[in-house]
Amino acid sequence: MKIWPIYKKEMRLYFTSPIAWVILTIFLFIAGYFFYSIFAFFTLASMQSAMNPAMARDLNVTDSVLRPLFSNVSVILLLLMPLVTMRLFAEERRSGTIELLLTYPVRDGAVLLGKYLAGLTLYAMMLAMTLFYPLLVAYFARVEWGPLATGYLGLLLMGATFLAVGIFASSLTENQIVASIITFGVLLMFWVIGWSSDYLGGTWGRVLSHLSLIEHFDSFAKGVIDTRDVLYYFDFTIVALFLTLRSLEARRWKG
Amino acid sequence: MIEVEKLTKNYGPVNAIRDVSFSVAPGDIVGFLGPNGAGKSTTMRILSCFMPASSGSARVAGYDVFRESLEVRKRIGYLPENVPLYADMRVGPYLDFVAEVKGIARTERKGRVADAMDRCLITDVQNRLIGKLSKGYRQRVGLAQAIVSDPHVLILDEPTIGLDPQQITEIRSLIKSLAGDHTVILSTHILPEVSMVCSGVIIINKGAIVAQGPIDTLVEQFFPTARVHVQIAGPYPAVLEGLRRLAGVLDVHDAGPQDGAATFVVESDRGRDVRGEIFQLAAQQKWELRELRRAGMTLEEVFIRIVAGEETVADDRPAAEPTPAAAEAMPAEEATE
Ligand SMILES: Nc1ncnc2c1ncn2[C@@H]1O[C@H](COP(=O)(O)OP(=O)(O)OP(=O)(O)O)[C@@H](O)[C@H]1O
Ligand SMILES: [Mg+2]
Repeated sequence: MKIWPIYKKEMRLYFTSPIAWVILTIFLFIAGYFFYSIFAFFTLASMQSAMNPAMARDLNVTDSVLRPLFSNVSVILLLLMPLVTMRLFAEERRSGTIELLLTYPVRDGAVLLGKYLAGLTLYAMMLAMTLFYPLLVAYFARVEWGPLATGYLGLLLMGATFLAVGIFASSLTENQIVASIITFGVLLMFWVIGWSSDYLGGTWGRVLSHLSLIEHFDSFAKGVIDTRDVLYYFDFTIVALFLTLRSLEARRWKG
Repeated sequence: MIEVEKLTKNYGPVNAIRDVSFSVAPGDIVGFLGPNGAGKSTTMRILSCFMPASSGSARVAGYDVFRESLEVRKRIGYLPENVPLYADMRVGPYLDFVAEVKGIARTERKGRVADAMDRCLITDVQNRLIGKLSKGYRQRVGLAQAIVSDPHVLILDEPTIGLDPQQITEIRSLIKSLAGDHTVILSTHILPEVSMVCSGVIIINKGAIVAQGPIDTLVEQFFPTARVHVQIAGPYPAVLEGLRRLAGVLDVHDAGPQDGAATFVVESDRGRDVRGEIFQLAAQQKWELRELRRAGMTLEEVFIRIVAGEETVADDRPAAEPTPAAAEAMPAEEATE
C-alpha cells in the first residue's frame, strides 16, 4: 500500500495553502478563550466557596473546568472539522487532478487512507497545541491528569469520526462548500439526535441516545474510558470510510 | 501492446464511443485523430484506467484495463487533456511525488526526476509553483510526470497544445525519440504533426473508428492515383481533349475556372509523373501554362475527406474507391486551401 507518498503530498498541500494555518490559529484562539473564561469563573467560584464552605463540596477541577471546557471544544470542532476535510476529494475533482491520481498505481484505499491520515495529523496538531493551556494551569494549581488524558482521548476519537464523515462528504461533490455543509449537517444531526431521547423514552430513546455523537463523549470528559464508547466512534469511522470507498468507485463509473 | 475490442462508453444517455476496436503494436507511435467530440479523450480515459467502459474490453501491456488495472497503471504514463496539476505544489516536489507514487525507489528517484525535467526542458522552473507557470510550461510538467517512470506505454491527450513553435518541435522530437522501447498513442488536432511523429494513425468520428493503419497505406487507399493540378489558358475543349489523350493519364476532372483560366486535375497511375508530358503538350500547342504542380495527397486530405464525407475504410478490405461525385464535389486541393 502506497499510503505514505499520498500522506506526504496531502500534508504538503495543507501547509503550502493557508488552510492549515488559518484553522490552527483560529482553533487555538477560540479554545484559549473558552479555557480562560471557564477558568476565570472557576477561580471566582472557589474564592466565594472559601467564604461559604457548603458550596465547596461541589467544587472540583474535573467537573467545573474540564467538563465544560471539553464540551465547548467539541462544539468548535463541529464547526471547524468540516473545513479540515472539505478539500480532500472535492478539490481534486474540481481541478481534475483526480484523473491523474486515480491512474497512478495506487489502490483507492491507499489514496483514501493517505488523505484521511493527513487530516487526522492536522487535527492531532490542533489538539496538541491546546495542551499548552492545562500545562499553564498546572504551574499554578493541581491538575487531575487522568480525566484530562481521557478527555483528550475522547476528543481525538470523536474528531476522527468527524473527519471520516467529512472525507465521505468530500468524495460526493466537487464543490468544497457543499462538502462542508453536508458534513456539518450530518454531524449536527447525529449530535442532536440524542436530545429527543429525553422525552421519547423506552427503546427508541435508548437507540437514539446510543447513536448520538455527543452522548458517547460525556464519559470521556468525566474521566471514564468505556469500550462501548470507543467502539462507537471506531465503528462510525469505519462505516464512513467504507462509504467513501464505495463513492469513489461509483464516481469512476460516471467518469 | 494496446488491444482494444468493441469498446463502448455511455455517459448516461450520451453515447460517447461505440464498438471501438483497434490495436497498437509494441514500439509504435500512433496518432489518434478525430474532430471535436469524436471520443478520443473518452477512449484514452478508458485505456488509462481512469474509468471503466460500458462494454467491450481493452488490454494494455498485456493486462486487462478493468480487471488488472493496477498492473496496467504500473506500466503507463498518462497525460490527460487539460493537464490537471496541483497548483499549490512546486515542480520539483511534484515530480518527486509522482515518481514515488509510481514506485520508483528512493535512491533512483532524484536522477529520474532530474532526467524527466531535463528532457521536458523544465529544469529552470523546478522551484516555481505549478499554478504560477504559463500554459506551455504546465503542459511540459504534465509531460514530465507522464515519462518520469519511463513507462512502456504512453497515453498522451493533445501533448503539444499550447506550446510555442520551438517547443512543439522539441517535444515532437522527444516523443519521436521514445519510439522503439515505448508504445505511444497520442491525440492531436495538428495533422502535419501526425505525419511527422507517428508511424500509424487511427481516425475516429462520432464515436466510431473510421480508418486505421500506417499513414502511407491510408493515403494510398484514399488516393489510389497520383494527381497533378494544371492551369492552362487555352481553348477549353481542345485542352481537355489534349490532356485526356496524353499517355499515362487515367482521368481528367475540371476543377473550375480560376483567375479566368481553366483548371484541371489530372489523374495518373501512382508512381508515374505526367508533368513532363503536360508541359510538352502545352509547349507544342502554344497554350499558356500557368500552373503545374502535384496535388499533395496528405493525411490532411484523407482526414478531411473521411470526416466530412463520412466515408469509412474497413480494417482489412481495401478502401472503397472515392466516388467520382465526391471527388468532384471536394477536390483534394480545394479542401485545404
Ligand atoms: N463526463 C461526461 N459526461 C457526459 N458526456 C461526456 C462526458 N465527457 C465527454 N462527454 C461526451 O462524449 C463525447 C466524446 O467526448 P470526448 O471528450 O471523448 O471527445 P474528444 O474526441 O476528446 O473531443 P476534443 O477533440 O474536443 O477533445 C462528446 O459528445 C462529449 O460531449
Ligand atoms: Mg479530447
